[in-house]
Amino acid sequence: MSDDFANGTEIAVKGLNLWYGKNHALHDISINIPKNSVTAFIGPSGCGKSTFLRCLNRMNDLIPGCRIEGDVNINGEDIYSKDVDVVDLRKRVGMVFQKPNPFPMSIHDNIAYGPRIHGIKKKEIDGIVEGALKAGALWGEVSDRMGISALDLSGGQQQRLCIARTLAVKPEVILFDEPCSSLDPISTGKIEDLILKLKKDYTIVIVTHNMQQAARISDYTAFFLLGDLIEFGKTGQIFENPREKATEDYITGRFG
Amino acid sequence: MFSNAKLNEKIAFSLLKIAMGLVVAFVLIILYDIISNGYGVISLEFITSAPRKGMTEGGIHPAIVGTLYLITCSMIVALPLGILAAIYLTEYAHPGKTTWLTEMAISNLAGTPSVVFGLFGLAVFVKYFGFGDSILSASLTLALLILPVIIRASQEALLTVPKEYREASLALGVTKWETIRKVVIPAAIPGIVTGAVLSIGRVAGETAPILLTGAAYFYPKLPGSIYSQFTALPYHLYVLATAGTNIAKTRPIQYGTALVLLMIVLGVNLIAIYIRNHYRKKLQR
Amino acid sequence: MSNRYLKEKGIESLLFASGAVAVVALLLLCLFLFKEGALLFENYPVSDFLTDRRWLPTSTNPQFGLLPLLFGSLIVTVGSILFSVPLGIAAAIYISEIANPRVANFLKPFTELLAGIPSVVYGFFGLVIVVPMIQDTLQLPTGQTALTGSIMLGIMALPTIISISEDAISSVPRSIKEGSLALGSTKWQTIYKVTVPAALSGISAAVMLGIGRAIGETMTVMMVTGNSAIIPGFPSGLFESVRTMTATIALEMGEVPQQSDHFHALFAVGSVLFITTLILNIVASYIKRRYRFSL
Repeated sequence: MSDDFANGTEIAVKGLNLWYGKNHALHDISINIPKNSVTAFIGPSGCGKSTFLRCLNRMNDLIPGCRIEGDVNINGEDIYSKDVDVVDLRKRVGMVFQKPNPFPMSIHDNIAYGPRIHGIKKKEIDGIVEGALKAGALWGEVSDRMGISALDLSGGQQQRLCIARTLAVKPEVILFDEPCSSLDPISTGKIEDLILKLKKDYTIVIVTHNMQQAARISDYTAFFLLGDLIEFGKTGQIFENPREKATEDYITGRFG
Repeated sequence: MFSNAKLNEKIAFSLLKIAMGLVVAFVLIILYDIISNGYGVISLEFITSAPRKGMTEGGIHPAIVGTLYLITCSMIVALPLGILAAIYLTEYAHPGKTTWLTEMAISNLAGTPSVVFGLFGLAVFVKYFGFGDSILSASLTLALLILPVIIRASQEALLTVPKEYREASLALGVTKWETIRKVVIPAAIPGIVTGAVLSIGRVAGETAPILLTGAAYFYPKLPGSIYSQFTALPYHLYVLATAGTNIAKTRPIQYGTALVLLMIVLGVNLIAIYIRNHYRKKLQR
Repeated sequence: MSNRYLKEKGIESLLFASGAVAVVALLLLCLFLFKEGALLFENYPVSDFLTDRRWLPTSTNPQFGLLPLLFGSLIVTVGSILFSVPLGIAAAIYISEIANPRVANFLKPFTELLAGIPSVVYGFFGLVIVVPMIQDTLQLPTGQTALTGSIMLGIMALPTIISISEDAISSVPRSIKEGSLALGSTKWQTIYKVTVPAALSGISAAVMLGIGRAIGETMTVMMVTGNSAIIPGFPSGLFESVRTMTATIALEMGEVPQQSDHFHALFAVGSVLFITTLILNIVASYIKRRYRFSL
């Protein structure tokens, strides 16, 4: 697997195995994810791509009976080592979920939630909120009604709000778990544009079941099948010239 | 055969309707009796003055104050304890023997007769801790009585908070407790308040436990401290209706007391139902 | 990091302790109740307590026979169940299966109001309205009878029975009901051949809890049943005065000297009452868990 990324490696995973109780869900995954680029995980549903994504910010810790072995290094730090603070890790590795999940609070309070808890001073909060909403491409639409409930926004706006909320915590990596699966094409387009803009400053990993989306926005693509990482490479190569038969079958739609 | 089945259905449905009608009638008759007979008795004087002439005249002010004392003191104890216990059970406890035991204890406490709580309060608070016949003993007893109500209501409220809120907050690098404090509890507040309000109604209406732990047969003054004896609305009504000096003559006062008690308890219930429906609509949006 | 970790752990321990209060409370309840009750048996044999046919706590040669009180509780409870179970289940069926949803949404909180009325108000209503009514219509020497208690307790048990049965009935999956209707059954046939049997476990749990509520009720029975501690016959006892376990405790505790045999006897009665409701609760939650719909 190629390791000579232009911007260097952000996440390095070696020999990762995951079990849900007795069910061996991920088999011996090894992958290096490059800095400041977009890496897409694709594969049929149930292939383990979302599960693997959740290993990168240890959200799987919350699931009872889930056991993980192997190394995951983010910026050279083993995130499963004993003295890692999971809470700090999640601050560094943000996540945007499948369904937009704003808190039942105002737009402003949604964005301010993270910084406030992390002890940012009051007078700095407004600036951070504005910056995050601008970076999240939502500022223009909501700047005049920051006090309304976030639940009153459209689905697409809610998802951009969730992205802005993640940005406000200033992460290094952002994980997207099928962020557009519940959105219409126009909202999806806006989110994709946003992701492309964000890769300048962040390392982005996105799980998607939509191959066109992966082809449109990602620099690298990993194909998962039944808990195995089948193939990983430049997106162009994966889509035009896959090395593995299974990848080709999936890409060309001869699959599931 | 076909028409027979149809006929059966008609008869059965009519019977069910009659049963429902009976239940509704019970509610209406009881409410009507108390309201129509108690309505004329209630006045500002009735609720602000003390009983006179061996309780045959005057108002019920001490009983109202006693009931308010009981509500306040028992809620101070039971509300935080109940909410914290509910948070533990829904957010932290893993399925296992300890959790099973706790759940079991809660549902059995909920089903224990109130007079048994009275005995317990008598043995533990009045005698063992030496609080004597007092507001304190009665309030602590009532606090235990409503603890399961508050725990159950809070648990239900916490369970309706979507998992997504918790994940979103945790993924922002927020600790579990901060997540619970800042996101989960605020979202569950309506349900928790509903439970709290319902248990206020319960405290106001209970008689047997306070009978054994500190209510005084005749107490025409205001309680001085939480260590003094007291009277409360339900107990006052009981005494007037069964052991007063002149039961027939004080009937209007009895009705008035019953109506004030009913207004407090049902008012509190209506508030709880309103809160529940109001926020249920809001959440479904 | 360790600071924050400690804080989180500290809070978790505090929460755990709060949860443990319920367990501790129940244990203490058993401990104090049984301890005080057992003191009776130092002076008065358990066998006499369980078999004596008289409750004469204040006579010079006191007798503490549980039987009249136990049977008093039983007859009032049985009477109330005979009346409230069919009525409650019928109302629950009506609410969940027949009434249109808007009416049902109104009826549910309305029946919950019955649960909100304090027991002393039921007792008062029973004493002032129902007692004379029973006396007049049945031509009895007194209207304070087991029957009066049964009627009032039945009304009080209704909301418990209705709301839990209603939950059970409306949680029967629609697919099962539709399966029956699609075979050409009428709505009523579907209800009594399919829906109600499928909800039977929940309904039985409701009945158990209703019995628990009735047997543990104090103020109402104390005010309307006349409180004479005589073993009642059945069904003739329905028309006579009886005294329940609960009423005995509430009536007599005010006047007994602490640490006397009488005092301990009341705790012994309380223990019997507690164990009875404990068993009812455990059986109810067992039935509910065992037969829950897993769809």
